[in-house]
Amino acid sequence: MIRRPGPGLIVLLIALVLPTAALADALTGPADQQVTNWPAILMFSAFVLATLGITRWAAARTQTTADFYTAGGGITGFQNGLAIAGDYMSAASFLGISAQIFADGYDGLIYSTGFLVGWPIILFLLAERLRNLGRFTFADVASFRFAQTPVRLFAAISTLTVVIFYLIAQMVGAGQLIKLLFGLPYGYAVVIVGVLMTCYVLFGGMIATTWVQIIKAVLLLGCATFMAIAVLASFGFSPDALFARAIEVKTQLAADAGATPAEAQQRGTSIMGPGNFIKDPISAISFGMALMLGTAGLPHILMRFFTVPNAKAARKSVLWATGWIGYFYLLTFIIGFGAITLVASNPAYLDASGALRGGGNMAAIHLANALGGDFFLGFVCAVAFATILAVVAGLTLSGASAVSHDLYSCVVRKGEASSAEELRVSRRTVLALAVIAIFLGIVFEKQNVAFMVSLAFSLAASSNFPVLLLSIFWPGCTTRGVVAGGSVGLLLALVLTILSPTIWVSVFGYSEAIFPYSSPTIFSMPLAFFTIFLVSKLDRSGRAAVDRAAYPEQRVRSETGLGAAGASGH
Amino acid sequence: MEDRNPMAQSDEAQAAQDHSDHLARIAADPRYEALVKRRSRLSWTLSIVMLVVFFGYILLIAFNKAFLARPIGDGATTIGIPIGIGVILIGIALTGVYVRQANRDFDPMVDALKKDSER
Repeated sequence: MIRRPGPGLIVLLIALVLPTAALADALTGPADQQVTNWPAILMFSAFVLATLGITRWAAARTQTTADFYTAGGGITGFQNGLAIAGDYMSAASFLGISAQIFADGYDGLIYSTGFLVGWPIILFLLAERLRNLGRFTFADVASFRFAQTPVRLFAAISTLTVVIFYLIAQMVGAGQLIKLLFGLPYGYAVVIVGVLMTCYVLFGGMIATTWVQIIKAVLLLGCATFMAIAVLASFGFSPDALFARAIEVKTQLAADAGATPAEAQQRGTSIMGPGNFIKDPISAISFGMALMLGTAGLPHILMRFFTVPNAKAARKSVLWATGWIGYFYLLTFIIGFGAITLVASNPAYLDASGALRGGGNMAAIHLANALGGDFFLGFVCAVAFATILAVVAGLTLSGASAVSHDLYSCVVRKGEASSAEELRVSRRTVLALAVIAIFLGIVFEKQNVAFMVSLAFSLAASSNFPVLLLSIFWPGCTTRGVVAGGSVGLLLALVLTILSPTIWVSVFGYSEAIFPYSSPTIFSMPLAFFTIFLVSKLDRSGRAAVDRAAYPEQRVRSETGLGAAGASGH
Repeated sequence: MEDRNPMAQSDEAQAAQDHSDHLARIAADPRYEALVKRRSRLSWTLSIVMLVVFFGYILLIAFNKAFLARPIGDGATTIGIPIGIGVILIGIALTGVYVRQANRDFDPMVDALKKDSER
């Protein structure tokens, strides 16, 4: 065994770093940061101490690769449902969707429905079969009957691509949020997130990650419930009264900004219907496809199905997760409208120009202050930070498993690596990913978070999802087919995104985008399916015969769970 | 690395052989095909319902924003709000339908199939 510094040491480091950094900032920080928020820092420190305690406990139970990647398969369906919810409800959902409702009203609900409807599809088609066929990563399932090296290579590349984009989005979001919430400089915030996530994953593996996600889910659901009830209570529990008041506020704001009464009225009522969020039908469908089917291709989400003991528990976890996530989106809808009524009309939360203090994403945070004062504000800030930590921990673990399990153990060592060797590679990868995430988080400070998240969904929907679906359901699928189709989908989604207005016009400054739509998925996903189909059909190689002949056995296993990896001893 | 004596190796080979016989017996059982057929029918039916509901909603947004923005009665609430929330609730309800069916019908079928095919 190699000696590692225990979590205790890190606790000490964090305890030292947090107040010092805050203090340094109070003295020297730039003006756009909030004043140091002590209740938030205290509550966040309590969360960090509690989760590091759990990490310490989990570290003692993390002996094998199975413990590290999947908590030994010993998580119950209910716990996993909460952890999935904790993994999925990012700060982008909480702050981003409530902010979008605050700005445009109804449009936020379109996002929410898209993020939710992927879950039923995962349940109906993938969850149980994934659990029956796989052990640690989705590549276990995608490569089940295929040649290991090419499929694992593809899966590792696509996993890392999706994970890195998602991770950048979370790190940038974390940095901006913490700068605003706690009054810490951006760089400090990114480093703190990186260090904490490394701690959880490095020492506590999936056990610690799961519990961080569960605690975060409970805290987030609890505080969103409180906020939604408090908002509704102030309107006599009549949503219609809430909406009516929100229209009044928006109308008044438009009139104050110089609109004619008719225009102001029109501006006010516009929040109750779909606005400019969806421009043309092609972009609308494409975006819907990415949200709905991308969820079914996110490696860190798929990995969660291997933490439960069997297919029945996997199924149960999706039911719980869908229920919690749906409930959460209903709450954010109320919270967003609550913010219009209580925050948009209150000069205390606005700067001189009438914009929201601290930026658009702060709507839910200001609402917390309006509803429960500084103390509750601190609590919500701490929960928002905890939310980011839980998501980045899951992402890092998933990226590390792609490198150590798929690349190192299966491709480089051809399955001959011992558990201890694989674990060592995995831990080194966690460190490397943390450094990369911190570096990219700082480099991409100005990048649009929502765009990066939607890119990750597009990539997942265009590569991992078609590969998984056809390898599980289509007997004729071959090694060459999945590798070619998955790679084509991944590449096309990336290239079309670069050629789309968001990058080609906004970043590179060309006057017109080569690819006119905002999301590539409507082209890249069908092309991935078609390429898998065509290449598999034309594949006359010896390997293709082996691939097709192995389908009946794979199907028995995926449908009955015969020979599925069980839970380990504890 | 653990020692690999010839005895253990033949045990391993024996176990693998038993396992593959077990798989073959399940594959040959008519109840297996019946199970897969029933479950697939439910899985794909529910998936298609979800796809139709969600993309129906998206197309409605793309082609008829005015309909969704129409107030219900004299209130401020528009038709789009129950429809949007309805999509979320339908998603949750469909997962409930699937889990109920699976617990009640598919699990006992799988258990019986696995048990009877053991030797």
